[in-house]
Amino acid sequence: MSETLAKASYTIPIGPVHPALHENIRLDLTIDGEEIVDVDVVAGQVHRGIEWIGMNRNNPVQSIYVAERVCGICSTSHPFAFTMAVEHAAGIEVPERAEYIRVIVAEMERIHSHLLWAGVAAHEVGFESVFYLAWRVREEIMDLMEYVAGNRNSKAMFQIGGVRRDITEEQFPRIRQSLEYYKSIFAQLKTVFLDDRTIRMRTRNVGILSTEDALKLTAVGPTARASGVPKDVRQDQPYSAYADLDIKAITPDVLTGIVVGDVYDRIIVRLLEVKQSIEIIERCLAEMPAGELLAEPKVAKLLNALKKAEGEGVGRHEAPRGECFHYVRLTAGEETMATWKIRAPTYANLMPIPTMLMGGQIADVPIAFASIDPCISCTNRAIVVESATGTEYSLSSEELHRLSVEKTRRLEAESDG
Amino acid sequence: MASDALSIATTIVGPVVIAVVGAVFGLLYLGIDRKLVAHMQGRIGPPIRQPFRDVAKLLMKESIVPDDAIPWLFRAAPILCIMGSAVLLLYLPLFGQRALLEGSGDVILLLYLLIVPSLALVAAGFASSSPYATVGAQREMVVMMSVEFPLAMTIVAIAWRISFVTDASPFVLSTIAAYPIWNLVGPLGFIGTLILFFVLLLVTPGELSKVPFDMAEAETEIAGGLLVEYSGRNLALFYVSGAVKSFAIVSLIVALFFPYNLAPLIGIEALAPAFAVDALFFLLKVFLIMFVCVMLIRASMARFKIDQASKFYLVTMTLISLVGLILIWVDLVL
Repeated sequence: MSETLAKASYTIPIGPVHPALHENIRLDLTIDGEEIVDVDVVAGQVHRGIEWIGMNRNNPVQSIYVAERVCGICSTSHPFAFTMAVEHAAGIEVPERAEYIRVIVAEMERIHSHLLWAGVAAHEVGFESVFYLAWRVREEIMDLMEYVAGNRNSKAMFQIGGVRRDITEEQFPRIRQSLEYYKSIFAQLKTVFLDDRTIRMRTRNVGILSTEDALKLTAVGPTARASGVPKDVRQDQPYSAYADLDIKAITPDVLTGIVVGDVYDRIIVRLLEVKQSIEIIERCLAEMPAGELLAEPKVAKLLNALKKAEGEGVGRHEAPRGECFHYVRLTAGEETMATWKIRAPTYANLMPIPTMLMGGQIADVPIAFASIDPCISCTNRAIVVESATGTEYSLSSEELHRLSVEKTRRLEAESDG
Repeated sequence: MASDALSIATTIVGPVVIAVVGAVFGLLYLGIDRKLVAHMQGRIGPPIRQPFRDVAKLLMKESIVPDDAIPWLFRAAPILCIMGSAVLLLYLPLFGQRALLEGSGDVILLLYLLIVPSLALVAAGFASSSPYATVGAQREMVVMMSVEFPLAMTIVAIAWRISFVTDASPFVLSTIAAYPIWNLVGPLGFIGTLILFFVLLLVTPGELSKVPFDMAEAETEIAGGLLVEYSGRNLALFYVSGAVKSFAIVSLIVALFFPYNLAPLIGIEALAPAFAVDALFFLLKVFLIMFVCVMLIRASMARFKIDQASKFYLVTMTLISLVGLILIWVDLVL
């Protein structure tokens, strides 16, 4: 930074509490006039020690419900990835019907999450009418989820080795009715979000993330896809019923022919993904096989098996925001998990934030930051508090690297021994 | 002696009455605005008396002055703002009646007075010593300067056309009322006047910091901007002055473009009924203009960025008002 710039510029903190943020995180912006010349992301205000609970207090079945509460919106994605990780570690096969039900619930979540995001995005650019429209339209999928799972959001559908509730033939017409509703209003939503001039003014060429940067900074989910990186766990490493469905990652060029990597492209991707999710649910309904819901219906037997299990497992699920990753290690004789590591999509998507905001205006910050659909409560995993002095600090990258190498060595030694 | 006493009473009581009436109707229109916009957005919305409740509640709350603020300026700004807004009303014909201070000031004075509340807001922003308020104050200044040009252009164009038909000062509102612009122009000029009217409608949300030109407050960006540090009585004053200012600006549009009264047209001559009819007709005109330039626009747009707003006013609106002016000129020459 040149000396003249340093004199002219000033710092604006966005957060930890700010109307543009729906959860607590801090963006330290260095501003010159209205232009952003430097960005620092300071996370660490919403740490809740969820992994600790899974490793010290709860058995894996109890941890499903904690996983569901990692995030209020991705209340399917986390249990999905978590149960897959435990099943992988314990070698449990999930019945085919359960896989289809899991996918239906996960895709319902994607529809609701993307519509929620659409409303938030409209709110960030001050377009209140569209905010209300998007959230009113979202009520339909919330009602549907309540109909299927008995709850609007924390659905508690997942169990290790399957699902807890069936979706029966009698329920299909009601589900199809909701899907038809979304198909009937899709054209209208597309007009509102993609053809409105003020929305275009506020989102075109704002928060640009180039394809190279998206790859380099390991963006995931719609953020990466909007930058033209066809990255989607459902496509790259098909799991569950997605393996039968042949999903294709959506990039904005399917609609516009070009990839800009701006906020507008992220709107396109999310909008098209809502349509894709509707199609996926329809195919799942049509092709759902008959059969069991659970690999092991008796919870006591399941817990016993998990207690005896030894090994490590990985669960990857394409959450609405991107890849949700859970790692679990089970040790024989222990009720709790030996290790539980969560990497939520927002963690990966925070890296590109400074690149997106740099050179933009203050007015771009809310919408550009919101365009990754940040979920901070998912992301916060570590904060160092020195209890002796009461001070808090974050670790430098060198320290973190040293610590993680040490831990890997320790884990290797443990599993060898 | 008696007439002296009367004029003193009018000078002292008149402004107070007009300020109170302006505040009451300003808040009433704000309530209607919130209710109607809520319905446009598919919401129930607050009751129409909600702005009055808001003010009552704010008056009960503590007025906090930040430690780093400039205390005297921080406290003076809201008073300056409400005074500036209220003074506007004294020069405007309201409820179909003549302005209280008619003859003492013209439209040019009104143009200057319109800047006073904005300046007070800017001073408030800088006095708050909050980075959000500073950004808000800078934005308010930019909007203020950008809006001024098309606004002045519109008013000058109308006055200029009127100057051809009368020797009286064309900038005085009573002259403008005596020679309504629509009656003077031919078809081309009519289109030109329509364009100028359109420009003034779009200038209004900018003057009033309403969506899409609410950059100075921009809740999701700078957390309320200018007013972020204000609370209690001080905030209530800004709130009321915003309502008064919107009532005043719309009254100005009415005075410039629709200075008609209904009572003479339908032949009511008795003083009281004529006043009632004209007052209601005036309130209807204010409502219609406010419905278009505040409510409809607010419900159908996203917030602009400051450079976009500035360009919109300085380039687009100025050019459009120039077209209007040229059309009126061509109409005159032909």
